Amino acid sequence: MKVAVIGIGCTKFGEHWDKNIQDLLSASQLEAIEDAKISPNDIDAIFSGNMCGGIFSGQQHIGAIAAEILNLNVASSVVEAACASGGVAIRSGLQAILSGLAEVVLVNGVEKMTDTKTPQATTGLMLAASEELELFQGATFPALNAMIAKKYMNDYGLTREQLAMVSVKNHKHATLNPLAQFKKEITIENVINSTMVSDPLTLLDCAPISDGSASLILCSEKFAKKINKPAIYIVGSGQASDSLALQNRKSLTEMKATQIAAKTAYKIANVTPDDIDVTELHDGFSIVEILSLEDLGYFKKGEAGKATAEGKTFLDGEKPINPSGGLKGKGHPVGATGVSQAVEIVKQLRGECKSNQVKNAKTGLTHNIGGCGTTAVVHIFKKEK
Amino acid sequence: MKIGIVGYGAYIPKFRIKTQEIAQFQNQDPHKIINGLKIEEKSVPGIDEDTATISHQAALNSIARAKIDKKKIGAIYIGSESHPYAVKPTSTIVGQALNIGNNYTAADLEFACKAGTAALQAACGLTQSKIIEYGLAIGTDTAQAEPGDVLEFSASAGGAAFLVGSNENEFLASIEKTLSFSSDTPDFWRRNLQKFPQHMGRFTGEPSYFKHVIETTKKFLDENNIQPKDLDHVVFHQPNGKFPTIAAKKLGFSLKQIETGLLAPKIGNCYSGSSLVGLTSILDVAKPNQKILLVSYGSGSGCDAFIFTTTKHLTQKQKLAPTTNNYIDNKKYLTYLQYQNRICTK
Repeated sequence: MKVAVIGIGCTKFGEHWDKNIQDLLSASQLEAIEDAKISPNDIDAIFSGNMCGGIFSGQQHIGAIAAEILNLNVASSVVEAACASGGVAIRSGLQAILSGLAEVVLVNGVEKMTDTKTPQATTGLMLAASEELELFQGATFPALNAMIAKKYMNDYGLTREQLAMVSVKNHKHATLNPLAQFKKEITIENVINSTMVSDPLTLLDCAPISDGSASLILCSEKFAKKINKPAIYIVGSGQASDSLALQNRKSLTEMKATQIAAKTAYKIANVTPDDIDVTELHDGFSIVEILSLEDLGYFKKGEAGKATAEGKTFLDGEKPINPSGGLKGKGHPVGATGVSQAVEIVKQLRGECKSNQVKNAKTGLTHNIGGCGTTAVVHIFKKEK
Repeated sequence: MKIGIVGYGAYIPKFRIKTQEIAQFQNQDPHKIINGLKIEEKSVPGIDEDTATISHQAALNSIARAKIDKKKIGAIYIGSESHPYAVKPTSTIVGQALNIGNNYTAADLEFACKAGTAALQAACGLTQSKIIEYGLAIGTDTAQAEPGDVLEFSASAGGAAFLVGSNENEFLASIEKTLSFSSDTPDFWRRNLQKFPQHMGRFTGEPSYFKHVIETTKKFLDENNIQPKDLDHVVFHQPNGKFPTIAAKKLGFSLKQIETGLLAPKIGNCYSGSSLVGLTSILDVAKPNQKILLVSYGSGSGCDAFIFTTTKHLTQKQKLAPTTNNYIDNKKYLTYLQYQNRICTK
């Protein structure tokens, strides 16, 4: 499998008080097209990841907006899979190209969240969980992830300090990323003493509410060679699902969908977890990064917390995770996250990052999940030799 | 023709509730709230106090300082978002209670927290154009906050009154310049028949309060060729103790310049009265020939900026009525249940 990424664009993530969905999409789409050095008329199809435009901004049918910005009449669809909407949109783009239906595809991820109050945003996000089994019982995503954290801490001896180190690391990386929402280093004490959200998770264990948009130009290998532009290739892709409600899982401390999606992507790309030089991983809550490090096969079960505390996942560690700052530090405009992860990995493999560049990165991985690991998407990227 | 403040007065109800007491009932860490909002306690109206009674007492204090014939007051404008009646003016209740006769114009104004300064501008206009001899401008609120809302920590009660005249020999402070800045910014609102206002959380900060206060102040200082160091006292609208301090720092003012007028840590945010009560506490201690900058902010949104220069007449009038600090120091604490009883029965 080989699909080229020839263009990337991404807005700064954060509070864009004076921009709507159209403004955000315009910025990232035009940046990606300019980066690819193609004409908008080369685009055969558009897929846009968006989770909650209807609730957060009163705007759905975002596919039409994406096409209208470029004055195109091509097929343009919205892909929704909760926080994995962006990752699934990339997969839709890949499928269109690999099936031969399209040669050049524009993939977007966009979300405008700050037009709502926090309770409305929290309720909107809960639409990604089971209404009858979780929402009606008063559960929120922080509460569900807090249960996962409690269980993991009990079973594997993860300490509060080790868990806090995930956010400390991601905030540190975010200070090096010009597009990140937060530019402030934090300490373990800051995390532990910040406002309690759902025990043991505090405010600094949770990704923020953000606005942002990210775009990719994907194309066939043939088109990439025709325009003679050095490309980064997507060489592996996996997507899997698990039960919507947490209570229907056999285990709370592992995410089966991530394991299956990763296994599929590794197999297609013909690589192992050891071959991955740089990873953008879905740290919606600090505990999710711990679980995902193990589910992706980077560390043995129960060892991710210790590895994090030892600095192995820092930029200069043996397994750099979230050089962008991740969802916690860079921001988490839910529908945009999956695409922004791909933008970061392409930059890393091109060697275009500055102070957050992972040295000699040749193979990269993105991991994007929706719900409590209900949908997982993994993509593997390689630099052309 | 010059215009100036010939009398001023404040009134703050004596009841207080501590941030710690509210935090306990909201299940929040009081230290985090106090450090975050920089409000230690706030004023609460008595069971028989409302915008009319507070305005009346502040007006009496302003007349006591002005020592003018109150029958010469030709206008009463009261800015508030807690007028007791939706239809029936507070300003005529106050006019009647002051016994100023019937030869005056009156209106109630509303522009969230800046209606008091809008009232001051209206009084300035009528006075400067010689349509009236004296104008009475008042900003007062008994602010509402839904139980459990973050506004509960700040929404307070208080008001300030200013008599504007055009006889320079009566000026306690001349009104040098004013400038306004307005936009349609939906950061805070209360619709008809709703008991409590709603707000847009963090949107009330950067794109609302800070954008308006900072742009207004910069433009105002630039147009009048004034440097931050030229001012003796500065007072901004005070939704909490934190926002005006940040705005001052961003604009190049020192803590010393804002400390006299910064009352939110002790009384909270009395909305239309907020920056104006701050101004009264400055006038209570200011010396002759000092320059004062006031910038109000009202959600919705807008700012009114003023520059005042105090005169030699001020010092002899300062003690003719209770000072703002007299009211701040005279206090009685309520429990949360007593507080809720007062707020909910209103």
